Amino acid sequence: MNGGFDFEKPILELEAKIEGLKKLPESHAVDVSDEIKSLEVKLDLARKEIYSNLTPWQCVQIARHPQRPYTLDYIRLVMDSFVELAGDRLFANDPAIVAGLARMGARTLMVIGHQKGRDTRENLHRNFGSAHPEGYRKAHRLMKMAEKFRLPVVSFIDTPGAYPGVGAEERGQAEAIAYNLRTMAELETPIIVIIIGEGGSGGALGIAVGDEVMMLAHSYYSVISPEGCAAILWKDHSKAPEAASTLRIAPKELLALGIIDRIVPEPLGGAHRNYERAAREVKKALADSLDRLADIPMKELMEKRYTKYRRIGSFEEE
Amino acid sequence: MRFFSKHIKVRKRDIPAGLWTKCKSCSAMVTQSALESNIMSCPECNYLYPLPAWKRLRTLFGEGEFFEIDSRMHPNDPLKFVDSMPYPLRQQSAEKRAGIPEAVVTGIGSLGGFAVACAAMDFTYMGGSMGSVVGEKITRLIELAIEKRIPLIIISASGGARMQEGALSLMQLVKTSAALARFNRKRLLYISVLTNPTTGGTTASFASLGDITIAEPGALICFAGPRVIKQTIQQDLPEGFQKSEFLLAHGMVDLIVGRKELKAKLIEILTLLETPKFTNETIRGVVAQNGGVNFGPGPLEA
Ligand SMILES: [Zn+2]
Repeated sequence: MNGGFDFEKPILELEAKIEGLKKLPESHAVDVSDEIKSLEVKLDLARKEIYSNLTPWQCVQIARHPQRPYTLDYIRLVMDSFVELAGDRLFANDPAIVAGLARMGARTLMVIGHQKGRDTRENLHRNFGSAHPEGYRKAHRLMKMAEKFRLPVVSFIDTPGAYPGVGAEERGQAEAIAYNLRTMAELETPIIVIIIGEGGSGGALGIAVGDEVMMLAHSYYSVISPEGCAAILWKDHSKAPEAASTLRIAPKELLALGIIDRIVPEPLGGAHRNYERAAREVKKALADSLDRLADIPMKELMEKRYTKYRRIGSFEEE
Repeated sequence: MRFFSKHIKVRKRDIPAGLWTKCKSCSAMVTQSALESNIMSCPECNYLYPLPAWKRLRTLFGEGEFFEIDSRMHPNDPLKFVDSMPYPLRQQSAEKRAGIPEAVVTGIGSLGGFAVACAAMDFTYMGGSMGSVVGEKITRLIELAIEKRIPLIIISASGGARMQEGALSLMQLVKTSAALARFNRKRLLYISVLTNPTTGGTTASFASLGDITIAEPGALICFAGPRVIKQTIQQDLPEGFQKSEFLLAHGMVDLIVGRKELKAKLIEILTLLETPKFTNETIRGVVAQNGGVNFGPGPLEA
């Protein structure tokens, strides 16, 4: 299978064995069905064992898996319809962030999300999910539209970070992100954020302020990439696994720190192994969240959102 | 409520040692006192050396015109972060180096008779990075400015979010921006002053949200640092890239003002916007009502 990791080796080996046995012609002298069954039990155990004890760095690797479902996959599988809306009306349309109107059950939503490419050509177009200021400004424009029509905003997060390039800086990458933070903090409509893969620092945060922030079980969210942190603090890129642990970027740790509100389970082995099941979990989580938030009066929702972020931090005061 | 007078020592670690010193930028030989009297900028080439928070405040406020708040907040170590050194040890050495317990000093002051809420960041404390304390102090300052209906001035000097507090640091971007959303709605004035350097998460939050944005000449102001960009694009960067003058040309800042002229320019803007004036006694009263404020600024020299 495409993009297997070292830690998945026992799983991949068992899978290969089962595949091999299944391919044996019907006429094969020995009945292998019992053997297949026992291997499948082993496989199930191996998956449970490996995926419930992932290190933070393994979590990062799965979050970056090239076959992992991306924003448009979730939109296709979760939403009943989707009309993509383009452009920031100032400079360009940034394909690294997609946005548009979507229908989910009885609700129309404004959906926003980082979009990575599946292959090299598509990644050049999507810039590997690293947005320019135009992406954040498109999101800003459409969030204000969501507010105007009282549509809940659903934001899918999946970016290694905001793009560090000349044009991005010239056109105010920092300013674009900062304005989104200020706007999202007081946007008068419910905002739900779901980190589906990489939550890369300010580039993620620029569309990730919300009433409820959730993470898929094998995603990460960090102030800096583990590689970047390793290069600065350890002066060594290869210390990224250590940095990943030290930075506490896995969902469980972020939940404990009060930075996210809930973890959305993934199918065994990761979302890339079963898109439909991953999408079902995401849909369920979104529906629950939308129901919860719909019942809260707007004024109260604004107050709750402010308080939620207001209390995040850890310090001493004499 | 707590009034106390704390004498803060600012170390001269960032100032080239000795009587005569070679300028980092133009290699001219300059005397320490010439550097000092020129507010830590080279008299020959105007290169701006980092200006510690209290020294900066001293350029804006006279004796008894600035009152620090939240001076007793210290960082802790929520992640038990250890790289080549445990985070608490880094805090200790930063405090020793900077002479203050965190990377920002906040307070209320009288600027030419105008009451202002003012924050000065200090690059000498862990590169002016924003962790929980910086986020909280800035947020409290904004909230105080809202309550007292006074203008806000934040002088940034920061390498961005502090890695040692992980995602907690990242969330300070939201916290400060959310407070500014409320501040903005009250139709109060926020002047953001960007100094060398202002980068990363600080630029991507409160530093970019001023009604008026002032940059110091020649300051590096950016989201991603030039080294990261060069690595990413594998090309040479344009001349003067990410410097104040470059940002002005690209429409990202309102004006460039030198260190010596900053006070007069701030007062000019406050006057044009008809900000109410207060006497020092009134300001002191406001401060006393609010509690937990100490008398400042502390002596600037060791
Ligand atoms: Zn010089």
